[in-house]
Amino acid sequence: MTGPTPIRNVMIQTTDLRRTFKSRKSTVEAVQGVDLNVAAGEIFGFLGPNGAGKTTTLRMLATLIKPTSGDATVAGADLRRQPQLVRQRIGYVPQGGSTDPAETGRGELVLQGRLYGMSGADAKVRASEVLAALDLEAAADRGTGTYSGGMRRRLDVGLGIVHRPHVLFLDEPTTGLDPQARARMWDEIRNLRALGTTVFLTTHYLEEADVLCDRLAIIDHGKIVAEGTSDQLKQKVAGDVVTIGVDGSGDSVLTLVQAMPFVREASHDAEAGLVRLYVDRGETAVPHLLRSLDAAGYAPTSISLNRPSLDDVFLRQTGRSLREEAA
Amino acid sequence: MTANSAAAQTTQVIATERAPRMRTLRDTWLIFHRSLVLTIRQPVWIIFGIMYPVLYLVLFGPLLNGAVSQAGTGVSAYNWFVPGLLVQIALFGTAFGGFGLIAELRYGVVERMRVTPMSRTAMLLGRSLRDVVILLTQALIMTVLAIPFGLHLDVAGIVLTFGVLALIALVVAPLSYAAALILKSEDAFAPLVQGIVMPLLLLSGILLPMALAPDWLRFLSSINPLTHAVDAARALFNGDWGNSEIAIGVGLTAALAALAVWVASRAFSRANA
Repeated sequence: MTGPTPIRNVMIQTTDLRRTFKSRKSTVEAVQGVDLNVAAGEIFGFLGPNGAGKTTTLRMLATLIKPTSGDATVAGADLRRQPQLVRQRIGYVPQGGSTDPAETGRGELVLQGRLYGMSGADAKVRASEVLAALDLEAAADRGTGTYSGGMRRRLDVGLGIVHRPHVLFLDEPTTGLDPQARARMWDEIRNLRALGTTVFLTTHYLEEADVLCDRLAIIDHGKIVAEGTSDQLKQKVAGDVVTIGVDGSGDSVLTLVQAMPFVREASHDAEAGLVRLYVDRGETAVPHLLRSLDAAGYAPTSISLNRPSLDDVFLRQTGRSLREEAA
Repeated sequence: MTANSAAAQTTQVIATERAPRMRTLRDTWLIFHRSLVLTIRQPVWIIFGIMYPVLYLVLFGPLLNGAVSQAGTGVSAYNWFVPGLLVQIALFGTAFGGFGLIAELRYGVVERMRVTPMSRTAMLLGRSLRDVVILLTQALIMTVLAIPFGLHLDVAGIVLTFGVLALIALVVAPLSYAAALILKSEDAFAPLVQGIVMPLLLLSGILLPMALAPDWLRFLSSINPLTHAVDAARALFNGDWGNSEIAIGVGLTAALAALAVWVASRAFSRANA
């Protein structure tokens, strides 16, 4: 079938990357052997529920924590042997913010440029460019404590790109932003791609992974469970998704539909009171289903037909819904 | 974002292989400058830092006249008391510096800097030197305020005393930052610092001459490094150049400062600290 997507110019490559956290009481294998290939110039998304190992992987690739085992190359530099070179070539935007409320946006950007080795004059010029590009000029000389959430997040991104990195890591770039600020952040990220920057972001928003990312990997419990473009992943689910609301009679309904020739796969979510099935052609399957259920004496409380979403991909790979995880 | 097109300029190298020592000096200056500016923008801590010693000077100093002459210190009460107060500012003013670092950890500022190629030692030294500058400013204000109380000034002695204060700050500030980096929470940091600083202060003979103490207390005091720093500061402040405590106090404090900087910069270098 379709092997892994051929990658011409690899920007990030990891081999069996692992990270274990040990405390006195327990050992947590946060990342359990991650193999990734991220091409130059793409927006790569890391989708998974909270605690799946996204941030740990990102922090390893950004040199903030050392891998327990495994290797990685980031922007042409070896993560273990050349961490300084990796730092020079990447930008990293952490999840919880990165600015001092008493410092101005401009002050933070100038300092950041200087920490990357620019002269004072160059850092000032570059800070002005970044402020203009991110539409922060009006607030440039105010303390960042006065910024709105969206402005602060844009400044965080600005701090990550001051030195024109090859790769920009974004940890949950739109978490906590209102829809307008989120759409705006997506535009900024696309702008970066247009300028040749590779973007590696984590998200637990299905829509963000679907709409924004060129390619994505789905991670759960420290392991990658699926990788590809959004379309490729959805095709793996094969067909349409029919969801039937059942009232207590879920198991018998499941047995019934599993026996039907056009049902490829079915599962019962007792908690939600739903039976989910994957069929090739949903629009012809639904009338059949209704008739058979009726004939067997079951009255479905609801029935819906959907094109597969990334949540279905996640559900199929892990048996859980990302939507429920996030809620 | 036209100017950012250089994201594609893969050949651009920004000082990647700058000599490490130069880099440390340069980055130390950058962090020193930033933290000093941010501190001056919120001067409330500097004011509090000077307020308590001034209260001691005004409300406690007058009580000392009798005690100090009784202990046979050989100098006037204020010439004995002020250098001790200066050491007290050096201790208290810098021991709580870690609070600021915990706030910076929470803001994500420290993590953001750790992703840059900047020198890890500079993260420590820049902040510690800021503490030294603030301390010396406070010390200067204190000394000037004490003049109307009858303090005799020996300019060379005062300058050298300030050197001792700087050394004390370079012991205390790095350890405070290392503790903050490891504990990451004010709730754990405050009692730890208080628990260390209070006994050091009480055993150092800053408030009253140790000559008045019983033998066991005097022994405990003699193994407190701060006692020797206080004795050295007093001797220097009053131009008592022949006093052997000068060499002991200065030597000990300098050695401890070197050790503290070394230990703390290792904490800053460690991943995930």
